Order: sequence, then structure tokens, then C-alpha cells
Amino acid sequence: MSKHEPSVRQKSVMRQLMDSKVLLLMCLPAIVFFIVFNYMPLPGVWIAFTNFNYRDGIFGSPFVGFRNFEFLIKSGQLWTLTRNTILYNLAFIVFGNILQIAIAIMLNEIRSTFFKKISQAAMFLPFFISAVLVGVIAFNLLNYDTGALNALIKETGGDPIKIYSTAGAWPLIIITVHLWQSTGYGSIVYFAAIMGIDRTLYEAAAIDGASAWQRIRYVTLPSLKPTFIILVLFSLGSIMHGNFGLFWNLIGNNASLFSTTDIIETSVYRMVLSQNNFTTSTAVGLYQSLFGFALVMTANWIVRRINKDYALF
Amino acid sequence: MTDHTANIVGEGGVGMGPAKPRAIKLDSSDIILQIISYVAVTAFALFCLLPFVLILSASLSSEASIMQSGFGIFPRDFSLTAYEYIFKAPRQLIGSYVVTITMTVCGTAIGLFIISMTGYALHRKDFPFRNHISFFIYFTTLFSAGLAPTFLWIARDLGLRGSYFAVFLQLLMTPWLIILMKNFMRTVPYEIVESGKVDGAGDFRIFAQLCLPMMKPALATIGLFLALSYWNEWYLSSLYLGSTVEFKPLQYHLYNIINTANALRNSVAGSNVSVTDLPSNSLKMASAIVAIGPILLLYPFIQKYFVTGLTVGAVKG
Repeated sequence: MSKHEPSVRQKSVMRQLMDSKVLLLMCLPAIVFFIVFNYMPLPGVWIAFTNFNYRDGIFGSPFVGFRNFEFLIKSGQLWTLTRNTILYNLAFIVFGNILQIAIAIMLNEIRSTFFKKISQAAMFLPFFISAVLVGVIAFNLLNYDTGALNALIKETGGDPIKIYSTAGAWPLIIITVHLWQSTGYGSIVYFAAIMGIDRTLYEAAAIDGASAWQRIRYVTLPSLKPTFIILVLFSLGSIMHGNFGLFWNLIGNNASLFSTTDIIETSVYRMVLSQNNFTTSTAVGLYQSLFGFALVMTANWIVRRINKDYALF
Repeated sequence: MTDHTANIVGEGGVGMGPAKPRAIKLDSSDIILQIISYVAVTAFALFCLLPFVLILSASLSSEASIMQSGFGIFPRDFSLTAYEYIFKAPRQLIGSYVVTITMTVCGTAIGLFIISMTGYALHRKDFPFRNHISFFIYFTTLFSAGLAPTFLWIARDLGLRGSYFAVFLQLLMTPWLIILMKNFMRTVPYEIVESGKVDGAGDFRIFAQLCLPMMKPALATIGLFLALSYWNEWYLSSLYLGSTVEFKPLQYHLYNIINTANALRNSVAGSNVSVTDLPSNSLKMASAIVAIGPILLLYPFIQKYFVTGLTVGAVKG
């Protein structure tokens, strides 16, 4: 498209600035926004290497080198948080994609447009509610005294379960809630990809006498492979970042569940808000950012090798 | 995940229309697959709706019946007591509604204006700094200072602790929405810009008078994403507002009702009622229904725009 302005390259920077001052001005509010809210806090990561106190400020507080990180590693906290964050995200990726693909394929089989629209609207609904509502729903279902699950157990003559003090049950609960909230939304991407498959492939398969299973196995699934690979790679890139709202509203400050449910985000939030612990939380945050940055770069590099068009940059 | 899914739909993103009719004669495996599909999709759709039914029915049950037999799918001993409590002393609730609606309306309008201006400028192929600025914005998703330094900077150095602006400003835009807008701008032919230039219109006029009117689907989609993030906001409120403001944003108000007994009491009756006298279980559920209500009412009309956001507007190129 550069043929519209063939001489762009030769113009001096000053000249370019003058020529595009209106467009620059139009970008200005956004640029100021990201400077103020995203770039200005960056020097604050120095806190991770200090013994921060309010009086001396970020750069006046005593320098302690890597001691904050040493503490995190020695206490085993960093390992627990990393393990939980990564394992939950892995489970979300694996089960999420399988379920999304299955739903998308089945939706595509459904002929009634009315039924398709209604069921899609129902599956899409959980995406719209706030994390707080998710917490309310969990309370409704799972609390010991009045929870719907225990009500059902009692009605059938069983003994109620103390779910909010059973750490082992929560990985299953959290994964289920995550799938409940994100599958409808996520399946849209796969559904759109299925709609984009060349119809003549299906006609050819039908002429060759393929059964419905063979059609899925040899036409649909292979066609979804690129979408699947790219989605998974990008989710792997953000595997160090957890869904804070979900975990916090399900678990909150319930320390008896932390061994299986505490992720980096919830731990940092607790340190900042209830313990005023800025040094350790900054150290954890910096570790997360650096690790996450490396992962995104790697994922993007791999995507680039597979298909340049899909790469982020 | 939404950040990345945007680019993936690719050329095939044709939206949610029905599949083209296929000239395939059905054999038994097709019929079995169809039966499985109807059953499984119905089951999963019901699974997605179930929690909403549980909350609604709990909010319509009497407290005594909840204490006795717990929450259930159908209201036991139908009662509107919880809603009566909420609407008897609605000061807090109305205050929260006003705060949230004000933030949602202003935030969506201002955010949409800035995002569309930026998206337009970054889309203009003859804008020499478009790649630099794009990367400047995109970089914030790759590396961030983390919660603690950001919190210190905004709460202490900017002095925004206890200010609605701490919440309002931070939700105005995200890199993902700007990229989405930039992608949407591709649907405006470049010839429009050129014809504007020939007619002597300035860059801002070309944007405001020629491009924006063609961008209505994009504005609707991105506006709804913005509105949803303002409506569902509770996280920034918990960090920057806490208990410093009288009227908390709606979802944060609900968060407090659910998590602290005092907030529940203050929300309905002031401090002269004992917590134990309150129908606290049904009250919590009724509060949830009141907080989600407008979303459920608008849902049928807005749902399709989110689908558009994921498919049509998100073609990478």
C-alpha cells in the first residue's frame, strides 16, 4: 500500500512529524494512557531487590540483592505457586480445547437453526457474568449447611460433605467452573473454523461413502488442526498467568485450601492487600513477568515457524 | 485467551449463519451422530443455565425452607421477603447502581472514542509511526510491572487511592481492543480515505465523518466489551476503593454482601437489625439477581456482537 506515499522513506523525521501531526494527536490519548498506567510503574520492579519501606520510597530503601527471591525459593512458596498456576492452566488448555472442539462439531451437526441459536445463547451466557457471581454460584452449590449439592446428598440419605475444607476436591471444582464459564465462548472460534471448511470436501467424502465418524475423523479434525495448534501454543505462552477473579472468588482467604488452589495472582493480591508486603509480592510478580515473557517469545517463535501469518509479531 | 483467539479465526470466519445445506444422503451413522449431538448439546446448555436457575429459585425461597432443606432447583415455600428487604432500604443499592451506570456509560463513550481514533490512525498505511506506536501499545501485554509496583504507583504516587478515577481510568482501553479496532478498520476501503483527502478534508474529519459511520458494527462490538468490563468490575474497586467510598460499584457491593456479614446488614437495614434476624441466604441470592439483572435483560440483544468480535472483526492480516 506504500505506493500511495512513495516518498515516505526519504522524508526527514521532522517532516514526517509535521505531515502526520493530526494522526499523532489522535494516538496521543492512548499513548499517554499506556505511559501512565503501564510504563510508569515499571521502575517499581526495583522493589524486588530492596527491603522496601514507605518512608524511604522505592529507590531509597536498603538494597538486599536477591534475598527476597532466595526466601521465596527456600520456603518452597515459589515452587508451589508455579506448579499450581501451570498445572491449572494445562488442565484448562487440554480439557477446554477438547470440549470446545466437541461442542463446535456437534453444533455443526444440528440442523435446526432455532435450536442452534437457543443452545448457543445458553452456553454463551456464563461468559457474561462477573467473577463475583461465580463465587455466589459456588456458595449456592457447595456450602455445607444449605448448599444445593449437600441438600441433594441429604435428600438421598447420604452424609453432607465439608467441601470448603477439602483441598483435594478443588482442582476438579475449579476446572469444572472454568469449563462452565469459557466453553461456550471458546467454541465459537472452532465453530467459525468449521464453517470455513470447504464444503466440497464433505461432498467428496459422502460420494466416497464415508460415515459420519469418518467425515469427522478425516475431514473436520484435520481441518481444525492449524487453529488448534495456534490456540494451544498461545495459551502455552500465557501459562504463567492465572485467572485471578475465578480463583479468588472461589477460594479467597480460605488457607486450608491453598496447597491445591493458590496461584501466583491470588498470592500476590493477598500479600499486597492484607499483608502490605510489597517486597515479596514484587519479587513474585517480576519472576512471573520474566518467565511469562520468555514463554510468549518462545510460543511466538514456534508459531512463526509453522505459519508466519498467525504470529503475533 | 481472548487476546490471542482474535487472530486465529482466519479467512473462514463467516459468523454464525447456518451451515450450507449439504447434498448428503443420511446413513445410520449420521442419524446416530445427530441424536448424540442434540442430546449432548442440550445437556451442556442446561448445565450452563443450571446455576442461574439455582440462584433465582433460592432468592424466591423463604429463609426457613432454605435453612431446613437447602438450596434447590425449584423455589421451596415461595417468598418475596428477600426482595422486600432489598427494596425497603434501597439507598446503598441505588447508590451502587448510579456509580456503576455512570462509569459504564462515560467509560464506554470515552474509551470507544479513544480506541477508535487510535485504531484508525494505526490502520492508516501512510502513517509513518504506526509500527512504532503499535509495538509501544502491544509491549504492555508482554511485560508488566506486576500488581505491587502498579498499585504503589497509582495509589501512592498518583494519589488515586479512594478515588473512582483509579477504577474508571484503568478500564478505558486495553491493547487487545485497540488491535481489534485496527482490524475492524480494514473493512473501510482505503479509497474512502483517499477521496476524503482529494476533497481537502483533514485526517480527523476523514475519520469522524467518513470512517466512523461505516464502523457501526465495530463500535457496537467494542463498546459492548468495554461496557461489560465496566459493569463487571470489582477487582480494581477492591484494590483502590476498599471501604473508602460510600457507594461501591455494583459488583464490588455484591462481593461485600457475599463475603462479610456486616455489609449484608448495612445494605438492607442499617445497623439496628441483628445479623441473625436477616434472611441472609435468600438475601445474598436476591442481591446477586439484582446485580446481574440488566445483563440478563439485554443479553438476547447484545450476544451477537460478541460473536462478531471474535469472528468477523478479527481477521489477521
